[in-house]
Parts: sequence; C-alpha cells; structure tokens
Amino acid sequence: MDGFAHQIIAGIATGGIYASVALALVMIYQATHHVNFAQGEMATLSTFIAWSMVEAGIPYWLAFLGTVVVSFIIGVLVERLLMRPVQNAPVLTHVGVFIGLLLIVGNMTGWIFGYTTKVFPSPFASSGPLMGGLVSAHELGSTAVTLVVLILVFLFFRYTSLGLAMRAAAYNPRSARLVGIRVGWMLALGWGLAAAIGAVAGMMVAPVVFLDPTMMTGILLYAFAGALIGGIDNPLGAVIGGFAVGVLENLAGAYVVGTELKLTVALAIIIGVLVVRPSGLLGRVVTSRV
Amino acid sequence: MLNRRTLLTATAGALAAPAVARAQETPGVTASEIRIGNTMPYSGPASAYGSIGRSHQHFFRMINDQGGIAGRKINFITYDDGYSPPKTVEQTRRLVEQDKVAFLFNPLGTASNSAILRYVNQRKVPHLFLSTGADKWGNYQDTPWTIGWQPSYRTEAQIYMKHMLEQRPNAKLALLYQNDDFGKDYVTGVRDILGSRFDSIVRTVSHEATDPTIDSQVVSLQSSGADVLLTATTPKFAAQTIRRVADVGWKPLHYLTNVSISVGTVMEPAGPERGIGIITSAYLKDPTDPGWANDAGMNQWRAFMQKYIPDGDMKDGSFPFAFGVASTLMQVLKQCEGNFSRESIMRQAANIKALEVPTLLPGILVNTAPDNFHPIRHMQLQKWSGTTWERFGGVIEGAKV
Repeated sequence: MDGFAHQIIAGIATGGIYASVALALVMIYQATHHVNFAQGEMATLSTFIAWSMVEAGIPYWLAFLGTVVVSFIIGVLVERLLMRPVQNAPVLTHVGVFIGLLLIVGNMTGWIFGYTTKVFPSPFASSGPLMGGLVSAHELGSTAVTLVVLILVFLFFRYTSLGLAMRAAAYNPRSARLVGIRVGWMLALGWGLAAAIGAVAGMMVAPVVFLDPTMMTGILLYAFAGALIGGIDNPLGAVIGGFAVGVLENLAGAYVVGTELKLTVALAIIIGVLVVRPSGLLGRVVTSRV
Repeated sequence: MLNRRTLLTATAGALAAPAVARAQETPGVTASEIRIGNTMPYSGPASAYGSIGRSHQHFFRMINDQGGIAGRKINFITYDDGYSPPKTVEQTRRLVEQDKVAFLFNPLGTASNSAILRYVNQRKVPHLFLSTGADKWGNYQDTPWTIGWQPSYRTEAQIYMKHMLEQRPNAKLALLYQNDDFGKDYVTGVRDILGSRFDSIVRTVSHEATDPTIDSQVVSLQSSGADVLLTATTPKFAAQTIRRVADVGWKPLHYLTNVSISVGTVMEPAGPERGIGIITSAYLKDPTDPGWANDAGMNQWRAFMQKYIPDGDMKDGSFPFAFGVASTLMQVLKQCEGNFSRESIMRQAANIKALEVPTLLPGILVNTAPDNFHPIRHMQLQKWSGTTWERFGGVIEGAKV
C-alpha cells in the first residue's frame, strides 16, 4: 500500500510538469484558436537561452526575467514572420507550418547547444528531499510558480481590456476588427505570451528532467492530454488536467497496463476526451451557427 | 542524354576495365588500392561520435604513410548518416554500388546497422566490427557477413550477474531497462545467468525513451523489496535514476550500464555524491586515467594522436576506441596475406586468436572463431568514488551461451 501512496505522490510531482506546459498550450489556444505543436521545442529553446545566461554568470532571477522577455519577442516574431502570411490559409497549412517550426526549432537548438544532457539550476533552495524523497523542494516551488502563472493568466483574460480584446480577436476576428481591435497584433501578442509561459514552464521542468533538445517531446503529449481533460480553453482546467494525467499515468503504468503503455494512456485520454466530451471537464461548449 | 549517372557509370567502367582484365573479382580491390566504406553520425544528435570516423581517416593515412597493406594503399570512404537509419541505407548503397567498396568497417549505431543488416548479408559484403553493443551482431548463423567488436550489452549484464551472485548469493534484483533493443539485451543477459531463478528473484520494470521521468518506475522497483539494482538506460534517465534512488533513501547495490557512465553528462548532473559505490564495467583504457601515463599501448596511441590528430581532444574516449577497432582490422587484413576476396576477409575476421590491442585493458584479448562472432567477451568492473571511476578485481568473462 506504501507503494500505491508513493505512486500517487510521484504522479502529482510529475503532473506539475504537465500542468505548466498545458497552461502554455491553453494560452495560445485562447489567443489564436490553434494548438501550436512547436510549443515544446520553443520552450526548450527558451530554456537553453536561460541556461546560457546563467552559465555566463547572470543571477538566476535576472536570467529568468530576461528569458521571458526574449521568448515573448521570439513568439511575436514567429507570428509576424511565419503565421501572418498564411493567416487566411486552411487549417492544414497552419498544421504544416507548426510541424515545420517544430523540426526547425528542435534541430536548431541541437545544432547550437549540442545534444549532451545539461544541468539546469533550480531557484528553490534544496532543503533535502521531502515526503520520503518523492518530492523535491524544486517540485513544490515549481508547482507554486505554475499556480501563480495560472492566476495571472486568469486575471489577465478576465479583468483587463487587453485580455478581453485578445479573446475577442480569437473568437470572432471579423466582429473584433469592426469594433476597432487590431486583430493582427492581438494574435502576435497571444503568441508572445504563450512563448513566455512556455519559457517559464521549460525553466521549471528542466531541473527535474535535465536539459537537452528533446526535453519536451514526451512532455508535450501528456500536457496536451491534460489540457484536453480540463478543457482546451480553460486555464484552471488545464492545470487540474495536468495533475490528473500525472497521477493516472503512474497508476495505470504501475498497476494496470504496464510501463510499456504509459504513453498510450495519454493518447487514449486524448481520443477519449475528444470523442466523449470535446469541451473537457471545465471547458465551455461552443456552438457556432453556420 | 549525358547525365551524372551515365557519366559515373562510364567512368567507373573505364576505371574498372584493367582490373577485370587481371581477373580481379573483389570490388574495391585493385593492385594498388583497397576501398573501405563507412557511415558515421558526423551531424545530428550523436555527432559527438563523429570523432571515431575522424580517427579512422587519420589512422588509415598513417597506415598508408607506413606503406599500406600487402602493397596496397587504403582508400577509406566515410559518409555522414546523421544517425538516421534511412540515410544509412542510402549511404551504404552508395558505398557498395557506386563507390564499390570491398567491405564496410565500423559503421555506427544500433538502429543504423539494423537497417542495413539484410542488405549487406544478401549482397555478401563483409560488415566488420560495428560501433554498437547490441548482441545480435554475434548471430553468425543468420547473418554470417556481420560481426561486432565491443562487448555486447548482453555480455555486460552477464558479468554484473556473476559479480552479484558472488557478492550476494541471496540477492533480490530490481532491473530498470529502456524498452528497446539496447535495454532488452540486459534482460537477456540477466536471464542467461539466473536461468530458472529469474522469475523468483528479479523484478523488471521498463521505461520508454519518450517518458519524461522514471520516478514511477523507481517507486515500483523500491517497493518490490530488492537489494540490488541494475540500471540499463541512456544517460539522461540514468542521471534521473541515480538522483531519485538516493533521494528516496534506497541503498541498493547499484550496477549501471557503461553506456551511461560519462562524468559530465551523468554523474555530475545526478550529483557525484549520490552515485558513490555504483558499479559499472570497462574494457578500454580510459585516456584520463593517470595509471596509463607510461603504458606502452597508450603511448602508441598518444604518438598517433600527436602526429596525425594534434588538435584532437585527448580526453575523448572515442579516440582510443577507434584506435583499438582499427588495429583489430589491420590484423585481419594482415592475416589475409594479400588475398582480399570478400570470402577471405570474412574468414580472417572470424579467425582472430588472442589478439592484444593497444587500447584494451590488460588481460582483455580479441578472439573470434567461425562460431564466435563476439570479439570481446571480457570486462573489468569499476566503482564510482565520488570523483572518478576506479577499477577493481580481475577481468571477468561473459557466460558461454
């Protein structure tokens, strides 16, 4: 029974990782109504930028801030330079651009920084292992960071006029434009914010899984499952979904389907949610008239 | 129409004509030259191994400077496959069909070599001394044109089990392995030694290369009550395992695959103090080990490096590896005594008797036979002291299976 409890605790710790990445996915979906497949690779690149800054002797929190700003700019640039020319193209074109972006950013990161595993520092002082060594101070700290980001995202979309304008631009670009919202820039802003949140997620994940160019590949799928469980347009749902996937994955892997099929569990969740309840647990059901 | 291919064919035909006239039948072998083919990941995720290919190019330059072999110069043709199996297939076909090499030497990568295994065996092209530790290269019955070099992962696992049974006859073993050819070789090696006891004393748990963490696996293994742990996984996961095992306060006798013993990418990320006491194995002389400062074999290697690769990283273990495997090939070519038909090359590759190789640990000899395609079957154990790997005990032989 001890093992069972430990699996749950370890699952919550891993779930924190998924939650932070799921939040970035929700962010870009809210702002653009797309799921960016290159989100993980962009976050990894951001983390490498942070790593270079820390290696160069810049204090952690300064590097953290710098990375968030740089990532925001990269996100905006990607939208301006790559997405804007195809904004009226069919969805498949967008998917093509996302996949191209995934490959380019992923390989570029490897080319620049190499493929060897690197240690990424944690800002949370390690007071030694907690809860029988299953949770580290860093994992608690990063969960706190995820929750802070969640609250900020929520407040931003709910209570600021910019947030409202961004939501409007994503839901109904034409009407938004008619009421004077600069839709193009709202999309660019959405990309910037998503890249910035991705960067935060990357910096929180890297101390746990170690930094290398493929760091996010596996995580992104689980995060996607988490985001779908909670509802792809609901930040709180994404965070809850992330934690749920972490625990489910551990329990299923240890007691039900075996470790070989852990990833399959994530895929089954994705398909299951899409078939049974596409809006997720907390998502809104959107009906559009055609 | 005159295009590149017809031009190439015509040129090749013109060049080959005199050789055909002398009834020389082996492709790539003329009166003055032997062509050897190779693929390496000079780019891509495994590009660090590119130094092996680089070493070979200079090694054969050294051989040519010394007069070549049996009156012939070696023409070593090596292509980048980016560690991508489809590319390996493409480049290998180019080597065999266009460049017409006599044989392939030391292509790198388990997946890459698996992709060309059928092709080279169908065409009966010797596929010698691969840079991969998979056990299947020793399958002389089904793939008689393919032979490995380094100790296989299966042999390595057998050696750990022999040591474990000696140290703890009543051990309960936890086995963490990556769910692919590499990890499964360890399961086979453990089974070779434990036999019917396997099911009662071993708890195996696998992970996928795509898993973000192995925390759940460590929890399962620890709660099985095992007092010995064998970790057969790639560097990133090995570092995670060492860290997590220490953090949860589990103190098993820990064996670690020698694929994941890099100080910089495994031990330091995991925390050097967390890994104290971990046991792994070695078969090559470590260029950073001061014990080899005056070693004759290593001096031979250092002289080569100084003269031919003066800017090479003397700490990069790929260079002594490459030097060792290329030395083994030279022994094979010497034994051919001028008969460089593909059959003869393969016959001699399977006829190496107790060969001492300059960069192999003392007591580890290269031996092959028509029914032994595992050239190196011995290893020595080493233990992590917190700063370095320290060898201990004698050389241990893998099981005869």
